[in-house]
Amino acid sequence: MGQSRDGADPVSLYSDHGIVLRTYKLGEADRIVVLLTRDHGKVRAVAKGVRKTRSKFGSRLEPCSHIAVQLYSGRGELDIVTQVESIDHFRPIREDLDRLRRAVTLLEAVDQVAQDREPSPRLYQMLLGALRTLAAQNPPLVVAGFFWKLLALEGFAPVLDQCASCGSSGPLVAFDLDHGGVLCASCRRGGPISADALDLLRLILGGKLGQALEEPEGLAATELEGIATRALEATLERRLRSAGLLDA
Amino acid sequence: MNSVYTQPVQDLIDELGRLPGIGPKSAQRIAFHLLKVPEQDAVRLAHAITEAKRRVQFCETCFNISESSQCELCADDRRDVSMICVVEEPKDIVAVEKTQEYRGRYHVLQGAINPIEGIGPDQLRVRELLERIRDEAVKEIILCTNPNIEGEATAMYLARLLSPVGVTVTRIASGLPVGGDLEYADELTLGRALEGRRAVEAG
Ligand SMILES: [Zn+2]
Ligand SMILES: [Zn+2]
Repeated sequence: MGQSRDGADPVSLYSDHGIVLRTYKLGEADRIVVLLTRDHGKVRAVAKGVRKTRSKFGSRLEPCSHIAVQLYSGRGELDIVTQVESIDHFRPIREDLDRLRRAVTLLEAVDQVAQDREPSPRLYQMLLGALRTLAAQNPPLVVAGFFWKLLALEGFAPVLDQCASCGSSGPLVAFDLDHGGVLCASCRRGGPISADALDLLRLILGGKLGQALEEPEGLAATELEGIATRALEATLERRLRSAGLLDA
Repeated sequence: MNSVYTQPVQDLIDELGRLPGIGPKSAQRIAFHLLKVPEQDAVRLAHAITEAKRRVQFCETCFNISESSQCELCADDRRDVSMICVVEEPKDIVAVEKTQEYRGRYHVLQGAINPIEGIGPDQLRVRELLERIRDEAVKEIILCTNPNIEGEATAMYLARLLSPVGVTVTRIASGLPVGGDLEYADELTLGRALEGRRAVEAG
């Protein structure tokens, strides 16, 4: 390759670890792969020939895969995948519809939040941790827990122990992120929240995510996932398409 | 964006750019190619497109592409009606037919579940598949969707949906491509190939 206008070498190879967030078909047999990398943030790269049965990449570049990857960075917006090794292909997720549904929801949210080529080691570790948890035990609150942590990472710290509007101590019956958290009956805004769901939310945001993940399937868990999804969608100003699509 | 081309050329580029797998650069390249070819070649292409659109429809039973309301495969009464091979697209039927290993019928979903694109089971020909299972003498459903995440999500969804129906549901096996080298196989494929190993008959 030639020289760029400013004379610096425009071409370089680099290695990183990454998680495949999504892929798009490109041309006859290629794909564009969107990766959340550990050191380079969100990267879009072309994987040539990956849709062919005999591709050297095989299944390694499927969404959700954790990989060690070598990329070639040219002048364009898209890098090129040159080598891939699998770190974890999360087979339990790929082979269980319920886990897969949850994983895809996490991947879509991260794709929306992550910035191109802006490293966020915290986000990377959060996603990797959530996928590992999902593969190991599939707890009901994994998506809700992840979304609330994601909102916290984006700077939201909702008030949970008193009314965010008047400061009254209860009963707290509604939740609205724009108004700072939970609200009492006279200040109510946004959507309703049950006492059980609020208890779970306090666990998640109070540094007891592990304990929250032990909680069994139940109405409060489903409710909290719904509230988290709406809060995240409002923040992103965009619907999460995978949320609820495969709910049985 | 202001177009640098005259309107007819820009229209052609725009239309070509809507085709799957054709980016703006390819659309431009094809458009300029078409402007260079003799007029009768361009007319032949336009005619082929309109004729195909006019004469080809989807089979009312299996949603394969067809010249009449029933495709040739559904109309062929020598084929085994007890098996339905479920595929994503009509082109997958061609691939399975080439194996000469299958004599049953097909069902084309016209896509795959893709949660991130917002494509769910309602946008696929799933309801029609259930109706066929109810109405026809089906004993086995072979899930022959792509071995990628969308195809697998679709297969898992259908397996769950069909489990109370009382038909045998099978999934095509994953394995190594014949003629390839083992060392290049990815871990998931090789793992599944090991799992699906068979006893070797002493010849
Ligand atoms: Zn209040
Ligand atoms: Zn047919």
